[in-house]
Amino acid sequence: MNPRAFAQTFVAVLSLTGLGTIGYGQDKPIKKDLKITCVPKNINNPYMVTQSNGAMDACKELGEQGKVVGPSETGASAQVPYINTAITQRQNAILIAANDPNALVPYLKKAMEQKIKVVTLDSDTAPEGRSIFINQASAEGIGQSLVQTLAKAIGNSGDFAILSATPNATNQNTWIKYMQEELKKPEYKDMKLVKIAYGNDEDQKSFTETQGLLQAYPNLKGIISPTSVGIAAAARYISTSPYKGKVVLTGLGTPNQLREFVKDGTIKEFELWKPADVGYLAAYAAAQLCSGNIQGKEGETFSAGKLGNRTVGKDGVVLLGPPTVFNADNIDQFNF
Amino acid sequence: MSQNQTGTSTRRLARRVSWETMLAGLLAIAILGGALVNRDFLTVENWSNLLANFVEIALMALPLSLIVITGEIDLSVASILGLSSSLLGLLWEAKVAMPLAILLCLLLGAAAGALNGFLIVRFRLPSLAVTIGTLALLRGFAYILLGDKAVADFPPEYTAFGIGVIPFTFIPMPFALFIILAVVFWILLHHTTVGRRLYAIGGNQTAALFSGVDLKRLKMLLFIASGAISALAGIVYTFRFSSSRADNGTGFELSAIAAVFLGGVTVQGGKGTVTGVVLSLLLIGIINNVLTLADVANEILRIVTGSLLIASILLPNLIASTRERWRVRQRLREIAKFGAASTAK
Amino acid sequence: MFPTHKNEFKSGSTGLGWLNVFLRSREASLVLLIAVLTTVTTALNPRFLSPQSLKDLMLNVSIIALLVLGQTVIILMRQIDLSISSIVGITAFLSGTLFLNHPGIPSLVVVAIAILAGLLLGAINAALIAWGKIPALITTLGTLYIFRGANYAWVHGRQVNAANVPGSFLAIGTATFLGIPILTWIVLILLVIFAIGLRQYRAGREYYAIGSNPTAAVLAGINVSRRIATGFAISGAIAGLAGALWLARFGTVDATAGEGIELTVITSTVVGGVAITGGVGTVVGAVLGALLLSVFSSTLVFLRVPSFWQQAFQGAMLLLAIALDAYLAHRHAMRSRVKWSHV
Repeated sequence: MNPRAFAQTFVAVLSLTGLGTIGYGQDKPIKKDLKITCVPKNINNPYMVTQSNGAMDACKELGEQGKVVGPSETGASAQVPYINTAITQRQNAILIAANDPNALVPYLKKAMEQKIKVVTLDSDTAPEGRSIFINQASAEGIGQSLVQTLAKAIGNSGDFAILSATPNATNQNTWIKYMQEELKKPEYKDMKLVKIAYGNDEDQKSFTETQGLLQAYPNLKGIISPTSVGIAAAARYISTSPYKGKVVLTGLGTPNQLREFVKDGTIKEFELWKPADVGYLAAYAAAQLCSGNIQGKEGETFSAGKLGNRTVGKDGVVLLGPPTVFNADNIDQFNF
Repeated sequence: MSQNQTGTSTRRLARRVSWETMLAGLLAIAILGGALVNRDFLTVENWSNLLANFVEIALMALPLSLIVITGEIDLSVASILGLSSSLLGLLWEAKVAMPLAILLCLLLGAAAGALNGFLIVRFRLPSLAVTIGTLALLRGFAYILLGDKAVADFPPEYTAFGIGVIPFTFIPMPFALFIILAVVFWILLHHTTVGRRLYAIGGNQTAALFSGVDLKRLKMLLFIASGAISALAGIVYTFRFSSSRADNGTGFELSAIAAVFLGGVTVQGGKGTVTGVVLSLLLIGIINNVLTLADVANEILRIVTGSLLIASILLPNLIASTRERWRVRQRLREIAKFGAASTAK
Repeated sequence: MFPTHKNEFKSGSTGLGWLNVFLRSREASLVLLIAVLTTVTTALNPRFLSPQSLKDLMLNVSIIALLVLGQTVIILMRQIDLSISSIVGITAFLSGTLFLNHPGIPSLVVVAIAILAGLLLGAINAALIAWGKIPALITTLGTLYIFRGANYAWVHGRQVNAANVPGSFLAIGTATFLGIPILTWIVLILLVIFAIGLRQYRAGREYYAIGSNPTAAVLAGINVSRRIATGFAISGAIAGLAGALWLARFGTVDATAGEGIELTVITSTVVGGVAITGGVGTVVGAVLGALLLSVFSSTLVFLRVPSFWQQAFQGAMLLLAIALDAYLAHRHAMRSRVKWSHV
């Protein structure tokens, strides 16, 4: 080999490895044609559908074979047959929004023993049941910011209530726990949480529960509804009742469902992340796990397509990012 | 509920001859179809999942079949499951020893069944209305006990029972429990005087009363058994998922009832066999499994279950009425022939 | 001969006199109970009788009361219809998609299509029960699954939002006339029609006859199959109307609309004095039963009873109602033949 050619090759190799280091660390390319099963909490919840679609978009981008299967009810046991089926079908990865933090663990463990990568999203299981949890936003952050939003609107004093999903909804219960933590701070001493009502994530039940709250607690200043079904139903009731403008409503909801209520003043501010991004990130994490680029250990970094790089945090938790706060000024920029 | 009286005997005959056979045939077709459509279907692992999937419903269906045979119904079974699961969680959290906690759950289930029995037998209230009431009442009690809490962390030796299989087989431990109980119920219904009395009650309430069957006590015992076994199903559920929640098993009553009816137990009472019910449970379980393996959407499963339920009665009825019509026509022809012959003379 | 309340009076009332008569009239005792509940709750929380709360109460009870009308006809015949909740789900989403896909479609057309769709689904039940000779409990349990499954398959994760529905249609669920919501007016008018129809017309009385004694009804020359079929068709059509009104009331409809209300409807009907063993009861009583349950659950909210207790209270209420029924009937007809449940 002549020196010139050698030098050229050397430079080329150097630059190649150099580029590689800048882009993907020592990453192997993401494997294609991975079989990825996405199991939402239930298949008829519009929020879950958006999230699953995000995961499927990522699968398409990466050239994986993704599919969405799941139950139509949200009982603790309803998702188990789908996990078992994924094992039998020798899928490469399972993405699951868990209906119960514990009930699925033994079955997910069985899946992991069969070398299936498990990523939870939206709603976590106990850490031993999965490699990575895609957290849509820090639970503590959601609890704090919802209380702060309400406190700002009602001047840090008065009665308020929470309209939750089902009594057993893991996410909502965690967020409520952090809300109660936040309320212990001295600046909220004049605010009182009078009741936690459950709309069961059914539109009609949430609607009548809102009615009941407003009637039973005449001094109610505000309602926090940390569920997209609940806040939409509550907004609809309040907007056609004399309570409109007197009771502050905030919580978690999608801009498309709440746009008109923000415009008519029923809601001033609410928050949410992009549900599709949660699914998208989960699918990328699963593909990276399957490709051997990460193991779900703290400190590992991986690339997640359009979302850029993400780092695995403590206990295998990957944070999507801070939620977006929607109000009359920005709501028209969003469509989901 | 059916007003139809004509042709019942033919229909009964048609059913007796063929229903279990027909179910067995369907079962064979389902297994064969499953094996052809999906190569994962006939794996040991898949079968142990398949059998474990419907074990709570199967447990509840056993006493329920006997109740339906006597002309009554129990819609509260799934609520008793939830109540028992909640109590188990609560007791375990309160550091009560597990065997004692299990015993207390079974007792609570029996008591709940006794409440049903008491209202139905002693006050002669219609079981459909009573158990719609206790469906709400007992689920309500579960929520009162546990609220929004979920208890997990059950001792591994018990959850191992929930998810484990019998050594060297693919049969899940809870399913073995079901097999044992199914045998007990089979003997009880088909090989004891108690069983004959149960049929007698369903066939004709008044006649059974006069012929000296202690109808009240038998029905009472059946509802107590239904309560206790539903509580057992609640315990199995809790260990299988290591999760005690007030909403556990919500809606299971409809699946249990569907299995009982599909098994050939008639709603008018007096008819049906344990074999039929076991076959129908297996059939529903296999169809669900095959469809899930084939990634058929969950909603289709509901449509299939509902259609099976209706077809299970519609088909025998149609067969019987066709035979009946044919026989009537035959007889009319004979009469006409006879008439023609006699006028000719 | 039909076992109406009047017949019972002649042979029964000794002892407690007027009180007995009063208690025996289910409608009167229901009104009394509702009045007592309202008075007690208002005394503890005067807002119970505020205009907004009364309006909400009327709106809450309306759709249930509407379904109760159809269910009464069914239960009078000693039948049952569990599939209504699934029919409501399908027709509610159907109404929503009609507005969504055909902007400017007249509301009346949508309501008519919903009723027609309900009628069609009810006719499926009718055919299976009356001519397929399948017990109603099994048929409607089956179609409860099938219709809901079909609805899930069709709707999937979609949703109709209030924004897609014209304001004039949504006004049915919010606007009032003479202080009473339009929705409630619709139900009241139908209640009057059903009450008169069941009482005054031969067809109506045949429903009672079939329920009190099916064999005698056949002997009396009643075409039982046709009556039963008509009953289920009516129940389906009513559920179709309820579906359209569900959309007007709640504005948002997804695949789960109406899930589980069949038990509330049956409970209301039975609490309202329609015997599940057939032949006894009135639509007015049944609607009052729905009102009582609604007032009762409202009371629980107003008195701030914890959420977790409400379901248990409702179950206890149903048990009390049927026990009271049986007690009164037992006292009244001491040695008469006992009617066993055949369901």
